[in-house]
Amino acid sequence: MTSDNDVAIDDTRPTVRAGARLIVQLVRPHLGPFAVSIVGSGVFAAGTVASASALGWITDSIVLAGFAGDLGASSAFVGAVVIMGIALVRSVGVVTRRYFAGMTAERVERHTRQQLSEQYLSQPMSWLRRVPTGRLIAHVDSDAHVLIQSLHPLPFSFGVVFLALFSGVRLFLIDPLVALIALVLFPAMMVINSLYSRFVERPLAESQARVAEVAGIAHESFEGALIVKTLGRGEAEAQRFDAAADKLRERRQQVGFIRSWMDIFRHSLPQLGILAVVLVGANRIQSGAMTPGNIVEVAALFGALAIPMLVFGFLLESLIPSVVAWNRLRPIIEADVPAQPAEVGRPPGALDVVVDDVSFAWPDAPDDLVLDGVSLQLVPGEMVAVVGSTGSGKSTLCAAIAGVLDDVGDRVHVGGRPLDQIHSADRAAAIAYVFQEAFLFAETIRSNIDLDDDTSDEAVTMAAKVAAADDWIGSLADGYNTPIGERGVTVSGGQRQRIALARALVRDAGLVILDDATSAVDTVVEQEILSHLRSSTDATMVIVANRLATIALADRVVHLVDGRVAAVGAHEDLLSDPGYRELVMAYSEAGDG
Amino acid sequence: MADRQPEAAVAEEESAISVMRRGLRTTPELVQGLFATALIGVVVAVGQISVPIVIQLALDRGGLTSGDVDTGTVLQLVLLGFAVIATTEALALIAKRRMIVRAEASLRRLRVLAFEHVHRQSLAVHNEQATGVMISRVTSDVDSLSRFADWGLFVWVVEPIVVIGVFVAMAVYSWQLALVALLAFTPVFGAMRWVRKRMSRAHEERRTAIGDLLGAFNEALTGAEVVRAYNAQHRTQRRLDTVSETRYRKGLRANFYMAGVYVVGDLIGAVMLALVLLVGVTQREALDLSSGELVAILFLITLLLTPIAELGETINNAQEAVAGWRKVLNLLDEPIEDLDPASGADLPSGPLSIDSHSVHFDYGDGVPVLRDVTVSIPAGQRVAIVGETGSGKSTFARLMCRLADPVAGDMLIGGVPLTEVSGAARHAAVRMVPQDGFLFDTTIRENISYGRRDATEADIDQAIALLNLGPWVAGLPLGLDTPVGERGSSLSVGERQLVSFARAAVADPGILILDEATSSVDPQTDLQLTRALDRLAEGRTVVSIAHRLSTAESADLVLVFADGELIEHGGHDELVARGGRYAALFAAWTADTATR
Repeated sequence: MTSDNDVAIDDTRPTVRAGARLIVQLVRPHLGPFAVSIVGSGVFAAGTVASASALGWITDSIVLAGFAGDLGASSAFVGAVVIMGIALVRSVGVVTRRYFAGMTAERVERHTRQQLSEQYLSQPMSWLRRVPTGRLIAHVDSDAHVLIQSLHPLPFSFGVVFLALFSGVRLFLIDPLVALIALVLFPAMMVINSLYSRFVERPLAESQARVAEVAGIAHESFEGALIVKTLGRGEAEAQRFDAAADKLRERRQQVGFIRSWMDIFRHSLPQLGILAVVLVGANRIQSGAMTPGNIVEVAALFGALAIPMLVFGFLLESLIPSVVAWNRLRPIIEADVPAQPAEVGRPPGALDVVVDDVSFAWPDAPDDLVLDGVSLQLVPGEMVAVVGSTGSGKSTLCAAIAGVLDDVGDRVHVGGRPLDQIHSADRAAAIAYVFQEAFLFAETIRSNIDLDDDTSDEAVTMAAKVAAADDWIGSLADGYNTPIGERGVTVSGGQRQRIALARALVRDAGLVILDDATSAVDTVVEQEILSHLRSSTDATMVIVANRLATIALADRVVHLVDGRVAAVGAHEDLLSDPGYRELVMAYSEAGDG
Repeated sequence: MADRQPEAAVAEEESAISVMRRGLRTTPELVQGLFATALIGVVVAVGQISVPIVIQLALDRGGLTSGDVDTGTVLQLVLLGFAVIATTEALALIAKRRMIVRAEASLRRLRVLAFEHVHRQSLAVHNEQATGVMISRVTSDVDSLSRFADWGLFVWVVEPIVVIGVFVAMAVYSWQLALVALLAFTPVFGAMRWVRKRMSRAHEERRTAIGDLLGAFNEALTGAEVVRAYNAQHRTQRRLDTVSETRYRKGLRANFYMAGVYVVGDLIGAVMLALVLLVGVTQREALDLSSGELVAILFLITLLLTPIAELGETINNAQEAVAGWRKVLNLLDEPIEDLDPASGADLPSGPLSIDSHSVHFDYGDGVPVLRDVTVSIPAGQRVAIVGETGSGKSTFARLMCRLADPVAGDMLIGGVPLTEVSGAARHAAVRMVPQDGFLFDTTIRENISYGRRDATEADIDQAIALLNLGPWVAGLPLGLDTPVGERGSSLSVGERQLVSFARAAVADPGILILDEATSSVDPQTDLQLTRALDRLAEGRTVVSIAHRLSTAESADLVLVFADGELIEHGGHDELVARGGRYAALFAAWTADTATR
């Protein structure tokens, strides 16, 4: 969904120029391996020119002379050794160039992922909500990967400069007239490359956008696999996906067509150059200015240009997606992270809560206030039940008190301090918040409960007991060390909720918030859990109640209507309010009152 | 991740050839017309070797070696060379375009096939497999193939022909020297195979590392609120750093072999050059060689370097493509579950009976989830399934809508075995409302219309009216056109359930299965839904997975599950009178509610 609040994507035009700037910026922190690979590239270029020269020398001094009968086996042997020697040096250059170019690219990719992960973890929810998860995943996956594709061919492309330089010097030494051919050929290749990059820029950028669309559809569709299946929508989903895949195909094909034009010139220009050298060379030999070996040498030099041209094409072509990827990544990587207040330790004991005129709307519906001027005070140790119909703002109120709804962090005070002035570690120690939908990490039950906090076995077991999860966990072969699948899917809903509950209880927090955290647990067990909980801690408790029995446990009830506090007080006192009575009647009629 | 794919274990990977064979069975259109492309490749090869031939002819016949230059002949040769190059490049253009069109079309099809396959797999697989991994199957894995099809495929078809062409040309000059060159060239294959094997494993590991990386990031993001509420940033950061580091190391390794593979060709080219030079110069009389011919052979050998280098440049692409292809094909080979009969039986409209005969079930791990369940549910009844979590009640409900098949025994709907009912008929007749109120990122209207393929505006309005959701819809900012956000995140859990109900209502099924549907809806909405469901239930068989015994109290039939067995079934009053497990449960519940 798009709205004005979405984290925008940069609109730097994906041009080769922008790509060049980007590359400089990306490589700068990793100059070490990059410099080594440039040296390797230089060695390779020198080796290439040297082997062309060697071929020329062999033609004149060994082959032609040998055929004239002047030289024998020993000079042929020298030639063979020279060829092998140059090839070895060149190979060292190639390996150095490739390995360190790859290292540079891999490091940039790792660095990018690290920057992303830091943002993903340190940004507040209000920021995270503005970016679809699919996009955040795509940043880590394809964007980070596409970003660095231009770094692999980069050193080789730098090598083209060396190659042009070295061979230019060599050509002038051979014959100025032949050098003139190179003066036409080299710039012609540059022109071809720049024309190519201009034509391919736009379709490439569009094809990048189509890739993102395909990934987005797959993400949504697979996440909702159960629904797709129960609705029998597999085919309809496939059609939706196919339409996006077809648009992608169209763009890729267009890019391919442009490239095949480019390939024609890339292949033929060096060959045409060689033919021109033969023609010019014939005249220069006649006038004695050149030898046949010179022609062979120049031909070999021109022939060696085809590969760097190919690689230069790689570079140009990968620059555009790199810029597009960076346009997507930059607003994320460079987003400001709000500073954390100092860590001072959690306040001891049960905590009081003051909610001071909190209003809130989700970014995509700014006119629809989910919380509308909510004010509330909780004294330490009391248990408050929050009731209200669907959409009345119960969950949002819980999130606000828990500090997850950072948008209103300045208007909610816990233990005497506004939430936005409390360090996240202190807040987590002070507040235990259990969500409506239990989220489990794909780790063991044990680490899901203690979150690697060096909690004692006894404390973990105690918490699991209160959450009525201990029996079930004990019945598993690996007990607390049983791993849980992604998002806890191999565990039933009720068991998930119990583990999430144990995670909250093990913390011994001063404020416990249960947002309908036992909805998938049987009524009997639920009441067992709640009464255990009530007796095992003196913490202040906020609990979203959907059952009368739960309300009965609470000291006070907060009745929410359309995001406003309609009434606060003891259950019996509130019954005089017709709206509240109707709601409670609904409980009885719904069956468990 | 707990559910890491056994992919790393499959490291004794099949050869690239075998992957290719499997791949072509899946999308044969990829190579349709490849023969014509190869023919054009032969012509292109001729173009490539025309230059050294021109040089040789110029040296020998144009008199360049003798110094007595024949300018006219040289000019003719050069013009001929121009013509050959122009022609062959034009043909290459045609061939490439043909190839691109075919490749991109077949890759699109492969992508969609993989996507469809994911949706046809059993839900048990969905549970085990990280969503991130499945996404990369239909995106980056196919993309790696596509990158190869764009750059590398033509090279891999044409350049080997060029190599052959060069050897043929050499053989024309001197078959003995061509043989010498060929002998020096053969180690290329062995060396390439050695490196390729390692490289392919390195790539495989790299891809697996990417899958793990995506899984870890996906978890950190879907659990973002928990991470923040519990200040778990540091441990999550460590986990992400670890997977990222593994990915880096695997990348470097793949890269190392990449660097090595390139020089193999280069070095072997030098060996060929050296050997041919030695033999050519020393044995020139025995071989009856002209100097121009030897120079041409030497130059032809340098010409080999270009195709080898191009193959080297694209080998990275090729390896990634094969690795990606293999993963996509492995996905396509994974069993799918809903093998709906092509011309399956139809079901009548209206309420249907449900029968299970000795049904056994497990999730493939041998741990029985259901044991010998036999029960008959007459059409039109309201049924409540009760039992502890893990008792098998949800699984039993899943079997009713064929989200899985029993390992033994039969499920019958309207007297027809479910395995013989067509998918379309089943979807129309049986509708489940799962506990997870997943919505698609579109409008409420659109989400409701997903309930039935041909749902009209009137159908949607009717469903809204039936469930009495009018007032709720009227209160939404854009009514039915309100966007629900990613996975329905803009709506509350209760509201998502409301949409799910409307989605079920629009389908007008004969059997309605409510899986923990009312558990997270607040009492007022719950009451609203309870009333609406009463009307919705009219003329249908309704099976509720009950969490509140009130549901059971008002049901016609109660099924009590414990440890995968149906231990009691009958009417509420009957079961209470019997004094078994249900009676005990009910007694505890009434005692509990009486205290309020």
